[in-house]
Formats: sequence, C-alpha cells, structure tokens
Amino acid sequence: MKKTIRQPVIPVGPLHPLQEEMEYFQLTVDGETVTDIDMRISYNHRGIEKISESLQFDQVPLLVSRICGICSASHPLAYVQAVEEIASVTVPDRARYVRTIIAELERIHSHVLWVGLAGHFIGYDTVFMWAWKYREPVLDMLEEITGNRNNYGNLLIGGCREDIGDELIPKMSKDLDNIEKKMDMLIKAVTDDPVIHARLKGVGVLTKEDAVRFAVTGPTARGSGVDIDVRHDDAYAAYEELDWQVCSVPEGDVFAKAVVRLLEVLEAIKIIRQAIRKLPKGPIKTKVKEIPPGEGTGRAEAPRGETFHYVRSDGGNRPVRHKARAPSYVNVPSFKASCIGQKIADVTITLAAVDPCYSCTERVAVVDKRTDEVLYDYDMLLRLSREKTEGIRKSF
Amino acid sequence: MNSEELRNKLSGIEDKLTKIEEPIDNRIYLYCEAENSCAVNKFLFEDVPLRFVIATGIDSDACFEIIYHYSYDETGCVVNLKAFIRDHDNPKIESIAPFLPAAEWIEREMHDLLGIEFANHPDMRRLILADDWPEGVYPLRKEVKQ
Repeated sequence: MKKTIRQPVIPVGPLHPLQEEMEYFQLTVDGETVTDIDMRISYNHRGIEKISESLQFDQVPLLVSRICGICSASHPLAYVQAVEEIASVTVPDRARYVRTIIAELERIHSHVLWVGLAGHFIGYDTVFMWAWKYREPVLDMLEEITGNRNNYGNLLIGGCREDIGDELIPKMSKDLDNIEKKMDMLIKAVTDDPVIHARLKGVGVLTKEDAVRFAVTGPTARGSGVDIDVRHDDAYAAYEELDWQVCSVPEGDVFAKAVVRLLEVLEAIKIIRQAIRKLPKGPIKTKVKEIPPGEGTGRAEAPRGETFHYVRSDGGNRPVRHKARAPSYVNVPSFKASCIGQKIADVTITLAAVDPCYSCTERVAVVDKRTDEVLYDYDMLLRLSREKTEGIRKSF
Repeated sequence: MNSEELRNKLSGIEDKLTKIEEPIDNRIYLYCEAENSCAVNKFLFEDVPLRFVIATGIDSDACFEIIYHYSYDETGCVVNLKAFIRDHDNPKIESIAPFLPAAEWIEREMHDLLGIEFANHPDMRRLILADDWPEGVYPLRKEVKQ
C-alpha cells in the first residue's frame, strides 16, 4: 500500500511577526526547504473603490492618498491624471514640476525605509538605525513643502494645492547635498558589506520569465532585468524634460532588488535637483469646471511599482466607477515563484523583498461573533484616540 | 514595435472584436463579447505581447463589463479590452488565469465583490470577503448601498 506522507505546514501570520501587518502565508515544507506557499490577504480591506463612488471628484484625491501612507503622492497622482484625461485638462508647467519633486522625495524616503527594514529583517540593526536616521531630513523637506510628513494631500485635479516658495529653494538645495552625502555613504556601506552579500545574494530569485508571467512592476521587475518604468515609458509630470536613467539589474535575487532601490535613491536626488533648478514660474493650478462623461486611465510609478487608476464618469459630480491597483497587488503573488525551493530562514527576507504594503492604516469595527455585539465602532475608536493624545500632551 | 505596428498587430484579432477605438493618443479601447474574451486575452498576452496590468469589473445597467487593462511598455500605450457579459442574472465568463497567473487574484476579487463566475479558474476561494460574509451579497454591485 502506498503511504502518503503528510508534509508539515508553517503558518506565518495573520499578524506578521516582522512586518507587523495583516497577511497570512502558509509554507509547506520538506525539512528546511519550502515546497509550496499559500497566501491570504485582505484582512484590512476598506472598500475604498466603493467609498470613492459616493464622493465628489475633487474629494477623491484625499481618500486615495489614504490607501497607503507611504505612497500618498502616487495614488492621488494616478487618480488625478485619469480624471485630467477624461476632462482633457492641461496642467500648468509649474504644477508638473512640483508633482515630480514630491513624487521623488516620496521615492527616496520609501526606498530608504525599505533598506532599513531589510537590514532589520536579516538581523543587521545598524543598517536599520542608519537608514531611518538619514530618512528623517527627507520627511522634513516634505513637511516644509506640503505641511505633512506623509499624507501630503497636495494634489488637485488640474494642479497642486501648495506651491514651493522661492525662499525654500536654497534650503532645499543645501538639504539635498547633505542627504546625498549620507545616502552615498549608506549605499557604499550596504552594497560593499560581505555579510549582506552572503545573506542576500542568490536568495529568493525571481527569473525574468516569472517576472513577465506574474506581471510584476517596479523594483521587483527591474531587479529581474525587466526594465519597465512608467516615468520613462508613459512619461507624466515633468520626467520627460529631465535627465535620468531607469535602473535595472538582471540577477533577480533580493540583493538585486536592494541595488535597484539604492541606485534609484541617487537618481531621485538627481531628478529633484534638476527640477528645482528648472522650476518654471507661473500658476500651480488651473480651474476645472466639470468632468464630462468618459473614461480615463492614470498611471504613476510609485516606489513599489506602477500604480494604476481607472475612472469612469457619467457627467455627474461623482465617479461611477473607480478602480485602483496598488503595485503590491501584482508583486505579492510572485512569491509563488520566488519562495519555492528556498530555505525557511531565507523566506523572511524574500517575502520582504518586494516591499509589500497591505494598507496598514485600517478603519475597523470590532464585533463579537457570538453575540453580534459591536465592541468598538468608529466613534469609540475616535474618542479613545483623542483621550490618548490628551494624555500624552499632559505628560509633557 | 512602434504605435503604428502595434495597431496593425491588434487588427489581427479584429474578427473577434466588435469595435476598436483610440480616443486619444496612446489609449486604445477594444470591445468584445464575453464568449470571445478568453481568446482575445490570450492573443494580447502571448502574441502581441502586452503586460497585464489589472482588470476592472463594472456593474452597468443591463450587463456586466470587465475591462482588462494591458500596457505596451515600449510606447507607453494602455490597451483596454472591454468584455460584455449580457446575462445580468447569471454572469459568467471564461477565466484567463490558466495562462495568465497575474490575473488569478483579480478574478477572485471580481467573484467576491460582483458575483461574476469564472469558468476554469484554478483556485476560486474567497480573496476579499471574510469567511462569515453571507452568500449571494456582492458589495460592489449597484444595488448594494453603503
């Protein structure tokens, strides 16, 4: 009689022990080697597409910037571009440059955040502390321009909300010089470190064929030699008028993805420097009176890859359908290709390599399943949050 | 392949389409009926070839629409294939996930939120909805209010 051997299963999640987000991976293992992986997401689904249908066109950018705190420039940018396509709006030159500067600052802080976390995941906390320390000045710059470290809320249909004041330009140039020096040091320290080489090279390889099959985007694709980048391929904002390179390496392992991100930090600094120098004079917004019936697609290259929005209008003041696709939606399923055959210890960093983002800023209601009683609702969470803030204020 | 060659290539599947539109530069819309959708998708992904971006499911008045969005990265062209499912009471379409794994999640999502059946899908478990969500309630349909 043929005996079936039950293979052990290792659950990772639903609260990921390292990434501290809601996702669930079920690893089927043979000894130390992973033979299959199953994923479960959507513990935090907030129904943003449905909410969007009940908001007016100009309210939606604020909603979609909350899809992801880190990518809070990319989602609204893709959305406003889709709506501008429907209404055939030409955005003023200055607004295009301001959009570029904010998008690139976002890219720097997101990539540096990832490098820090990657260091932390492989137990190299020095990298974590360096990276997050040098990320702070970037967030400060964003706060100076938009008023917020994240959730900038700077995008409008037809332009931008906040301008970059002339008095800020000399300070921004000086800050960029300092950031570049630190980044240069960080990049050399990370890419030359033999410990990091030993830990990341050859780990979690996503081949070029699998990258195409799973239609991955961003550094996950460019780390596997697929040189796609919306900023270059379907140029928006001011990217076409600036001199920069698409960073792509062929290896496909975690180290390759790290290299792509680090090189992109330097390219981003280059882009911002040129954009500041060339910043055209003039208005930052144009008045958009109404959105005619029609449909449009908007794309932006977020730090994690291509963000895609589709909007349909029936001539009213709300979208009849709004589809938003974040890059992790196509990057995460590629674990089926990159994790199988890996050792369990390597899976941790492989799962982190696409820089997954699971909409961490959730809005929830806690319900007791047995009695259907609502334990915490929106008002109660708001009250608890205010009490906590008051408590912190009093303690100073 | 430039834009002109892309247009010529797309016309190779013209007999399965009902309409081709290019309202603005670099945005192409193809229209087809549900029964031809699988063949057209296979042509777009394997023969052109285009990169699959995502699909949008829409509950229109009398039918369901699925818009498959593809990207042609050489010229930055977005090719949208609109497939119409005319039977609103019993929406069903062939799955494209068997040859295009990138579409596996979005088909599960459309099944959860709009109640569209995907024939031959390799893994039709719930993706978005919780396990205790009632059967037959599809939150993205127009009749469901917030």
